[in-house]
Amino acid sequence: MNIVIIGNGISGISTARWLRKLSDHNITVISSESDHFYSRTALMYIYMGHMRYQDTKPYEDYFWEKNRIDLVNDHVEGVNYETKTLTLKKGNTLQYDKLVLALGSKSNKFGWPGQDLNKVTGLYNLQDLEKIEAYSDGLNRAVIVGGGLIGIELAEMFHSRHIPVTMFVREKSFWDAVLPQEESQMITRHILKNGIDLRLGTNLKEIVDDGKGNACAAIALESGDKVDCGYVGLTAGVSPNVDWLKESGLKINRGIIVNDKLETNQSDVYAIGDCAEQANPLPGRRGVEAIWYTGRMMGETCAYNICGHDISYNPGIWFNSAKFIDIEYQVYGEVLAKPKEHHKALYWEHEDGEKSVRILYDINDESIVGFNLMGIRFRHEVCEKWLREKTNVKEVIANLTLANFDPEFYKKHEEEIAKSFSNQCDLNFSTPKKSNLDRVLSFLKA
Amino acid sequence: MSEVYKSMSISNPHPPFEDGVQKAMAAIAGIGLLILILATIGVESISTPLNLALSIGLMSIGTIGFAYRAFRIKPAGIKNNGVWFSSAMSRGVIGWIAGIVITGFYIVLYWYEGLLGLGASGAANTGLVGFFDPLAMAIKGTPASQWFVYGTLYTVAILIFGVRFIWRYRHNRYQVIRTLSVMGFQLFFAYLIPEILESLNGEYATKWFDKDMKNMWPLDYDMFDAWHINNMSSTGILGWGFLIFSLLMIFVVSPFLTYKYGKRWYCSWVCGCGGLAETAGDSFRHLSDKSMNAWKIERWMIHSILVFVTIMTIAVVYGYLGDGSQYYITRTMFTMIVVAVLVIVGGAFYYFMNKRKDAKKDLQKIIMGIAAVIAVILLINFLTGSGNAFFIDNYTFKKWYGFLIGAAFSGVVGVGFYPLMGSRVWCRFGCPMAAILGIQQKLFSRFRITTNGSQCISCGNCSTYCEMGIDVRSYAQKGQNIVRASCVGCGVCAAVCPRGVLKLENGATDVFEKTIDIRNNHVQMDTI
Ligand SMILES: Cc1cc2nc3c(=O)[nH]c(=O)nc-3n(C[C@H](O)[C@H](O)[C@H](O)COP(=O)(O)OP(=O)(O)OC[C@H]3O[C@@H](n4cnc5c(N)ncnc54)[C@H](O)[C@@H]3O)c2cc1C
Ligand code: SF4
Ligand code: SF4
Repeated sequence: MNIVIIGNGISGISTARWLRKLSDHNITVISSESDHFYSRTALMYIYMGHMRYQDTKPYEDYFWEKNRIDLVNDHVEGVNYETKTLTLKKGNTLQYDKLVLALGSKSNKFGWPGQDLNKVTGLYNLQDLEKIEAYSDGLNRAVIVGGGLIGIELAEMFHSRHIPVTMFVREKSFWDAVLPQEESQMITRHILKNGIDLRLGTNLKEIVDDGKGNACAAIALESGDKVDCGYVGLTAGVSPNVDWLKESGLKINRGIIVNDKLETNQSDVYAIGDCAEQANPLPGRRGVEAIWYTGRMMGETCAYNICGHDISYNPGIWFNSAKFIDIEYQVYGEVLAKPKEHHKALYWEHEDGEKSVRILYDINDESIVGFNLMGIRFRHEVCEKWLREKTNVKEVIANLTLANFDPEFYKKHEEEIAKSFSNQCDLNFSTPKKSNLDRVLSFLKA
Repeated sequence: MSEVYKSMSISNPHPPFEDGVQKAMAAIAGIGLLILILATIGVESISTPLNLALSIGLMSIGTIGFAYRAFRIKPAGIKNNGVWFSSAMSRGVIGWIAGIVITGFYIVLYWYEGLLGLGASGAANTGLVGFFDPLAMAIKGTPASQWFVYGTLYTVAILIFGVRFIWRYRHNRYQVIRTLSVMGFQLFFAYLIPEILESLNGEYATKWFDKDMKNMWPLDYDMFDAWHINNMSSTGILGWGFLIFSLLMIFVVSPFLTYKYGKRWYCSWVCGCGGLAETAGDSFRHLSDKSMNAWKIERWMIHSILVFVTIMTIAVVYGYLGDGSQYYITRTMFTMIVVAVLVIVGGAFYYFMNKRKDAKKDLQKIIMGIAAVIAVILLINFLTGSGNAFFIDNYTFKKWYGFLIGAAFSGVVGVGFYPLMGSRVWCRFGCPMAAILGIQQKLFSRFRITTNGSQCISCGNCSTYCEMGIDVRSYAQKGQNIVRASCVGCGVCAAVCPRGVLKLENGATDVFEKTIDIRNNHVQMDTI
């Protein structure tokens, strides 16, 4: 069987790897972005000089041949679902028995005047990075539009090269559509402390043309302020990269609609990762979840389904992580910007203002619902087990040390956290017990 | 898009100096170095005690001041900006020049000490060695040697770059405490105490431990040489005590500590070679080769050297032992002890490999085979009454080991190649001590690096900054714990990981199955 995968990102590559583990089919991966799989999440580190491009490739180049995964560097321009043929830009066609669409996302543009000028890009792929690199030479200021996870990464990139940055952020506090208020304010403070000109409550009105087709300033909608700059980064979110398929007979809403087996409406065609939209997302989940981990899980699930196993896609308990300049962030379970009515949030913040722990529980049965961490690392498996088993929040606090994943010798805060939490609700939390890896292991096995 | 990005990193060189103060600090360190160079080339008038203090002082102030501006005044956090844009740190022109200069210095140090001004046959020292005479007189009451000069500069380097390292990682207490430890061990156990003991106790005391009290066999490869043993056994209770202590270290204390904490207790908390690599070598850690091929070469090299040092040591001791009139043990007893140790080691290996659920069994055969071959050859020679343990003259091994491994590899390549192959070239490819501790770490240690569930984003920071060239990411992205013989537990992979995926830790309950879990296998086989 010929299996063709379009897209060599984490989703497409996960499918290819698992197909190889599970079967002996012919596997071809097509991408027009790069010859090999690299880690998109590491784009910023290439620009900042932490790594070279080749350091971001998770597998050495020999890996693909050794595992008989054919790589094609070309752009797919058309699909014929009847004849099962792909048309490629360089003129070839390719036959498939099964097709996997792992097309990823593209940066959002909301029709701003000037959005297509030179010196305006998003931050999504290597081509963007190459342009940003070229525009950085002698750059006086960069304006970044949009304050999500990619916006802050782009800001940090310029910051690392001492290029002044102005951020236009629609929200009143950084990323407060996702982060609860205190965490959002912590990150806002951190950004300001780093000398980034953060303009909250600011939308972009237009990007000014210097007369030669280059961006030379950005104008804010609310204040009318004009910020002179030599580059504008558009990081107001991403959306599925599916425009070229809209007329092809594929069912598309925001993304390509898939069922729980990741099948599209066309037979033998699957869609996974950023470009897929679940027809029936599980409770508490969104239809399109454009993150690394879901791409990896969909990729693996898709391979099983292609190989005839009947596996429903189930991403399990929500988790995610990020880093805001120097503050690490992790979330497990359901932590919304505003907690649901029957959820109670307990929040502790370290006196340095750069570490915090937020724990949510259900007031009806006191079961744990979520963890939100800033500047402190928690152990994924432990949190997941507590969440899965709907453990009582008192038991969670009594054993909070089991979750600690900070490096050895770090100051422990569990006692202080328990005290602070006791003051915030009428549950009387006991002092967390001491812990070590052996206790963690036996907890996980139990 | 083809692979044009290979060159991307050099398209925007980061400015090498951030501000005027840093330039000034570099200049101050430069003046200190210049004084040292002038003294080395024999400018008589420079060679005064005051100038020696000035030279070391200026180099220290300059380096520490530079680091202060680079790290201490900035917000705490990972500071790898521009690493791959810097010529010195990315095998650029400056990197190559530095590599060649340091390598040259080591060649002179080991084989042309006269060029450094060491007085031949009793003549007064001149040049660099002469420059250090006043300090040597002050500490131990004798003139300097090239090794005193080297030891002093080595210690100074660990101390000043240690300060730099601590500032650089000041948000990470593991790094801070570990660095204080290597600084302390170097300053006291490898420098001050041996030098002072020498002045108190004449020539004997230091000859127990070859200038570095914390080295043990096989890093201290002549620990069992006749002169060494003689020195220890002829200086009463202290000497004997030290001999027994050394043996306990090798056979009891070290395996126990490695069981408890992994080889890191030595390699990145105590050892001087490791100490220099972690401090002065910190800027070059990312230059280690992460490829599968490099790993293969590493395993062959380091284990061959371990076999080599074992054979050499057996041969040397066999060579000087006789019928028991001079030493307490005879050649017969020694042969029996060695064979017994080899059998025990081979057997222990077999036992632990069987217990480990994920071990490769072919290795088991190789190791047992090697132990058997050594034992058999030794026995043949012994039974035929040969004076040589392994057919060849006993001291030939020693001569070659001393030259190839002891000097050329551990010194010249080991430090000279920092700017070219990373800071742990010796520790990774050459050190027989690291080989033994690594085997213990792999076989029965509680230590591992845990990966945090499914949080890895495959970014590659961990692999890039692993000085031992371990492809940490290849494990992390699978969600598998990392248990590698070569891991020195420096903890930098865990520090640089932007998603908090890695944690160095110890646990007793799963010693033989700690790498079994693959946490990122999302579809569980039992659901199929
Ligand atoms: C800067 C940045 C940082 C991020 N950081 C994080 C993070 O920290 N954590 C996290 O969870 N997520 C992060 N994400 C999101 C995450 O990277 C994506 O969700 C993930 O990479 C999507 O993987 P994918 O395989 O679905 O698509 P992609 O990785 O986008 O792969 C799709 C590939 O298909 C190619 N392609 C598309 N159409 C065609 C065609 N017609 N012909 C040929 N090739 C085609 C594209 O060129 C692309 O190479 C980040 C994203 C960015 C941009
Ligand atoms: S794996 Fe991590 S702890 Fe081990 S040597 Fe490499 S960087 Fe250091
Ligand atoms: S373990 Fe951390 S540093 Fe290593 S690849 Fe994964 S996310 Fe990156």
